Amino acid sequence: MTLFIEQCLNGLQFGLLLFMLAAGLTLVFGIMDLVNLAHGSLYMLGAYFAATFAAWTGSFVLGAVMALGATLLVGMAVEVIAMRRLYGRDHLDHVLATFGLILFFDELVRLIWGAGGMSLPLPSWLNTSIRILPGVDYSAYKLSIIVVSLVVAAFLYWLVMRTRIGMLIRAGASNREMVGALGVNIKLLFTLVFGLGAALAGLAGLMQAPILTVQIGMGENILILAFVITVIGGIGSIRGAFVAAIMVGLIDTLGRAYFTDLLRLAFSKETAATAAPALSSMLIYLLMAIVLVMRPEGLFPASGK
Amino acid sequence: MTAKFNLNTAVGVAILIALLLLPLYVELTGSRFLLTLFTRIVILSIAAVSLNLILGYGGMMSFGHAAYLGIGGYAVGILAFEGITSGFVQWPIALLVSALFALVIGALSLRTRGVYFIMITLAFAQMAYYIVAGLARYGGDDGLTIEKRSQFFQPLNLSNKTQFYYLCVTLLVASMYLVWRIVNSRFGMTIQGARSNDTRMRAIGFPTYRYKLVCFVIAGTLCGLAGALLANHTDFVSPAMMYWTRSGDLIIMVVLGGMGSIFGPLFGAVALLVLEEVLSGITEYWQIILGPLLLLVVLFARGGIDGLLGKVRRKVQHG
Repeated sequence: MTLFIEQCLNGLQFGLLLFMLAAGLTLVFGIMDLVNLAHGSLYMLGAYFAATFAAWTGSFVLGAVMALGATLLVGMAVEVIAMRRLYGRDHLDHVLATFGLILFFDELVRLIWGAGGMSLPLPSWLNTSIRILPGVDYSAYKLSIIVVSLVVAAFLYWLVMRTRIGMLIRAGASNREMVGALGVNIKLLFTLVFGLGAALAGLAGLMQAPILTVQIGMGENILILAFVITVIGGIGSIRGAFVAAIMVGLIDTLGRAYFTDLLRLAFSKETAATAAPALSSMLIYLLMAIVLVMRPEGLFPASGK
Repeated sequence: MTAKFNLNTAVGVAILIALLLLPLYVELTGSRFLLTLFTRIVILSIAAVSLNLILGYGGMMSFGHAAYLGIGGYAVGILAFEGITSGFVQWPIALLVSALFALVIGALSLRTRGVYFIMITLAFAQMAYYIVAGLARYGGDDGLTIEKRSQFFQPLNLSNKTQFYYLCVTLLVASMYLVWRIVNSRFGMTIQGARSNDTRMRAIGFPTYRYKLVCFVIAGTLCGLAGALLANHTDFVSPAMMYWTRSGDLIIMVVLGGMGSIFGPLFGAVALLVLEEVLSGITEYWQIILGPLLLLVVLFARGGIDGLLGKVRRKVQHG
């Protein structure tokens, strides 16, 4: 039971982390109608920046904050240099151009930081476990990821639904030209939104960095998961991304943890042991297939799309 | 299709002739490396030709096309591992499995459109990638070495590099001919009609979903053939064959060459792979050049090489 609670928390933590990525992706798609494959590169950059700055300043928190700012800047620069020219173009153009950006960033990272990975050591005050329930200990760092993610999710909700900028963002999503015609600096708005998405990706990357190694291509696998989430949740919907991210996080983590045992009930020990790893990594794609069969527009289709 | 002189076709035919003459050049200069490189180019051209059928003519932006390369390759690899080396068994099974995969993926994915279609095909291809990576018996992540290439009737010996090369070129020409016949048939017209306006095609009575699905399956099967060839070429299959960046490479080839043209994929495959070869000779960090180059192609040379050739032709004709 203790283990089960721990696994559920792991799933929740992974789901929330995925939400950070998916939120940026879905925000950029919902508002700029832009498919950004290079989102994973920003995730990777966030992790590399954090590892570098943390080593440089000697402080994990300071490094994280600086990394966040740096990814925000990189995101805005990418928007101004490349993305801006792609709005209104075919989705295939987006895919190709951002694929080119992935190649560029992967190689740039290899050029600057080398091909070997990096690690981001945790400070001792995070590297402990906390007793969350009687008899249940949980990693303080993972718990802090959950807290930070929930705060960011709440902040996003507040930003998009309760502020003037959020109102402009939502208006821009439903009718770009009209918002521009009303005298809003739509270019600046788009740059900011893209930067925000980049910062979210960077935040996800730097939070994941201490758990996994920081390496080239780390953004690519997780990017696909973020795509699956945006598709399940309905492209352009932040609420959908949140629900889908938690679902995917839980299913993926629990699937990996318990699928072998589940299969063992029906099949022989050997069959279960060989089939389980492949099948459990399929689970989320199955979920996506089922959702798309039932609701081709995702669980929470964004209005006006 | 027009009797008039057509630069695109002329260049395409010239490339094909050059491909046919390449082994001669290799014999004369002894650079076996070129033959290996161009065998790869020809095989990936077949894959690009198949992608062009759905992407260029059908408007279906599949981002999971490399999955069929892997499936075709693994069909050959797994059968060889289990001791079945006859090409007459391996290849039909490779095609059949690719077709079945395409049928299932297509049936689900074609319910969606636009960016959903891109992402769902991508996700399904990744699913196939993880399944293959989880096959511990067949090497899992590390891949599977193929001890013996596919066996056919006697004079044809795939282990002979020149023979294998000519087999690939023959299959490339055959697949280009197949696509040409398809797009100029009633079926192909329906597919292209559905690309321009799906609603209208349905309104005049075409069940476009079924047409597109059949087209999707044909493309998947053809790419499965390329996978079977690729496995025989490298004597090795690994999940990396079907990683999503490989699907990206195929899309680049099609777009770089020019979408919806018969020779486009060939131009694109030759251009991209030769460019890779040249750039990697210049610097270890060649992707740092290739990436922005792609961006520039997207921004400024939308029609690809085929479009550029068309422009040159028009300039020449009109002075």
